[in-house]
Amino acid sequence: MNGQGLAQILIYAALLVGLGYPLGRYMAWVYSERFQAPRPLAVVERSFYRLVGTRADEEQTWKGYAKSACLLMAVFSALLYVLLRLQGRLPLNPDHLAAISPHVAANTVASFVTNTNWQYYAGETTMSYLSQMAGLAVQNFVSAGIGMAVLAAVIRGFARRSRRELGNFWVDLYRSLAYILLPLSLILALFLISQGVVQTFSGHATAHTLSGATQTIARGPVASQEAIKQLGTNGGGFYNSNSAVPFENPNGLTDFIELLAILLIPAGQVFMFGRMVSARRQAWPIFAAMFAMFAVGVAIALPLEQHGSGALRASGVNITQSADQSGGNMQDKEVRFGIASTALWATATTDASNGSVNGGHDALTAGGGAVPLVNIFTGEVIFGGVGSGLYGMFFYVLIAVFIAGLMVGRTPEYLGKKIEAREIKLAAIGALFVPTLVLVLTAVAVVTHAGLASIFNPGAHGFSEALYAYTSQTNNNGSAFAGYGATNFSTLAGSAAMWLGRFVPLIAALAIGGSLAEKKTAPASAGTFRTDSPTFAFLIVGVVILTAGLMIFPALSLGPLVEALR
Amino acid sequence: MSALASLGRTTLGVLAITAILGLAYPLLVTGLGQLAFQNEAQGSLIRSQGRVVGSRLAAQPFTAKRYFHPRPSATTPAYNAGGTTFANLGPTSPDLEKTLRANAAAIVRLEKPYNPGLGVAGVPVDAVTTSASGIDPDISPAYAALQARRVASVRHLALDRVQALIALATDGRSLGLFGEPAVDVLTLNLALDREQK
Repeated sequence: MNGQGLAQILIYAALLVGLGYPLGRYMAWVYSERFQAPRPLAVVERSFYRLVGTRADEEQTWKGYAKSACLLMAVFSALLYVLLRLQGRLPLNPDHLAAISPHVAANTVASFVTNTNWQYYAGETTMSYLSQMAGLAVQNFVSAGIGMAVLAAVIRGFARRSRRELGNFWVDLYRSLAYILLPLSLILALFLISQGVVQTFSGHATAHTLSGATQTIARGPVASQEAIKQLGTNGGGFYNSNSAVPFENPNGLTDFIELLAILLIPAGQVFMFGRMVSARRQAWPIFAAMFAMFAVGVAIALPLEQHGSGALRASGVNITQSADQSGGNMQDKEVRFGIASTALWATATTDASNGSVNGGHDALTAGGGAVPLVNIFTGEVIFGGVGSGLYGMFFYVLIAVFIAGLMVGRTPEYLGKKIEAREIKLAAIGALFVPTLVLVLTAVAVVTHAGLASIFNPGAHGFSEALYAYTSQTNNNGSAFAGYGATNFSTLAGSAAMWLGRFVPLIAALAIGGSLAEKKTAPASAGTFRTDSPTFAFLIVGVVILTAGLMIFPALSLGPLVEALR
Repeated sequence: MSALASLGRTTLGVLAITAILGLAYPLLVTGLGQLAFQNEAQGSLIRSQGRVVGSRLAAQPFTAKRYFHPRPSATTPAYNAGGTTFANLGPTSPDLEKTLRANAAAIVRLEKPYNPGLGVAGVPVDAVTTSASGIDPDISPAYAALQARRVASVRHLALDRVQALIALATDGRSLGLFGEPAVDVLTLNLALDREQK
């Protein structure tokens, strides 16, 4: 890694803490009972609650909360499906795109409602402006808002004593959308336009090129969607090539800001957690564990991409980094980003459940592609998705506390709450269900004819494509080894993966929150295992490696490892 | 609340959220964007003699010897700004190996008459690899330098004049730090045409 690459990464880390910390403080205030919006905004907020039939002080148990969330997702799913199937007859379709086929529409609904944004379609040639903005971009907001709301509820479970309620779903959702995601998106969208990201309803442009040909240039309301796509860890691009397309991501600066937007809210939520449980020091070991895993990912992926693939070295062309070129594995990468920015992006987008890409993941080197795969496989807890990342991390935290408790021979405690059989069972379900489902689906996809039809590249890399597809969808990431194709089998298996991968951890986390809220808090004693120490950060990383790492290792050795040895 | 009532209330919520986030928000962003940054919001289009000749942000095909050439593209047809795509060839793909070799050989054939002694080892990697978008508007300064002698010779221009035009079409790193230096091919070719009008 050269000095410029390192400087970029250090500035990234500094901004993550420097902006994440105050944002976390702000978000903790937004979700608190003493929050009061300025007068005109408060009027809008109250009328929204009246519309949906609730009051700000009306609280729900974890089951009521989960029901409200599921019902909202169900209604949104129906609306989105209808929108996609009817887009040919609806307005705001200047390029006259036809209806989406039932299988792809169903997969897309699952994908966007679950915050995955896996795309079995090419945006600019498939989706009308109406489908993009009133369908997909709305889900970018709402799926993120639901994750954030659920996290706030789960954290209240840690903070409260002897209570049955976790908060009001509608209030948490509204505040996530209106006071966090919407203002941040507005600012980011306008900045992106100033740099060259497209935002227009004029339809495609036609150019008469210097060589005498005509060129079609797809356009649309891109910037407004790009902003929330990055901030809400969604990742579904307006264009097929996602944030690699200059109209989504025109230069090095937009690239860096979009990259920052991926991890900003998830990082802020760790600090928010510390404030909401009135124990700010408790946030640091979790942040440190996440950051360490992120840094290790970058440190592996970047040199391997710079080193280049076997095919590139065999071709004999110049892949050496110099002042005049970034060198390295430039296959399916953009010149203005080069190796450092693309490797950093590939790591961050898979640590978070974002899944947007600024280069093609299918063309990553064996090792460079293994990093995103492992990142996603951890369950998206290295910062992770907005909300879902931290509530997913709580599963590992509770297991870590449990293991520590076993080692010192005391009842495990976390934040003064006794962690008992019920919580550990739920945490184990939350941590193990998703990776198990990934392995089962991948196995089916590589032994059946229906599954094999989706594979694009031959040999071990083809296996990696299938493994990546089900890892990405089950964990709600959405990035792809994009050669993996849409068939009836892959769209259906993918839909199932995304739904189950979203609901099982979400409900397990809420159930843990409900169970903890009912408990009393015991004061810390001399025998209490400290969870605000560096030791605990190591323990968290160890538990992640033990559970997710060991589960993926056999599969990893069939795909990327074989490729690397070739 | 009964199940039916909560379904009704939820539907009202869904419609309200869709109206605000799905219509009002993108319309507001479009309005502000068109007011403040119209050129950018419309796609950074470049006009020449009244008609659109391309976008600053999209590569277009160039095969004539008097032009700088962009990177290979995996779209159909190549450089399709209406249908972006990666090539998706994996690092161990035999097709990738073949394509890379063929691309490198073609570039050596094209540039060698103007760059005596040029071998495959003198071809920069971005010249033979597909870009991620298929419309990467840029080439590396190294690839521009390789093509400069050909363009200068075919156009009967002094090499240092062509190099000066390359420098004008080069975007350094943003804020001196982010991304990589890149030469915009369309801007450069337009500048060359203007030079010789």
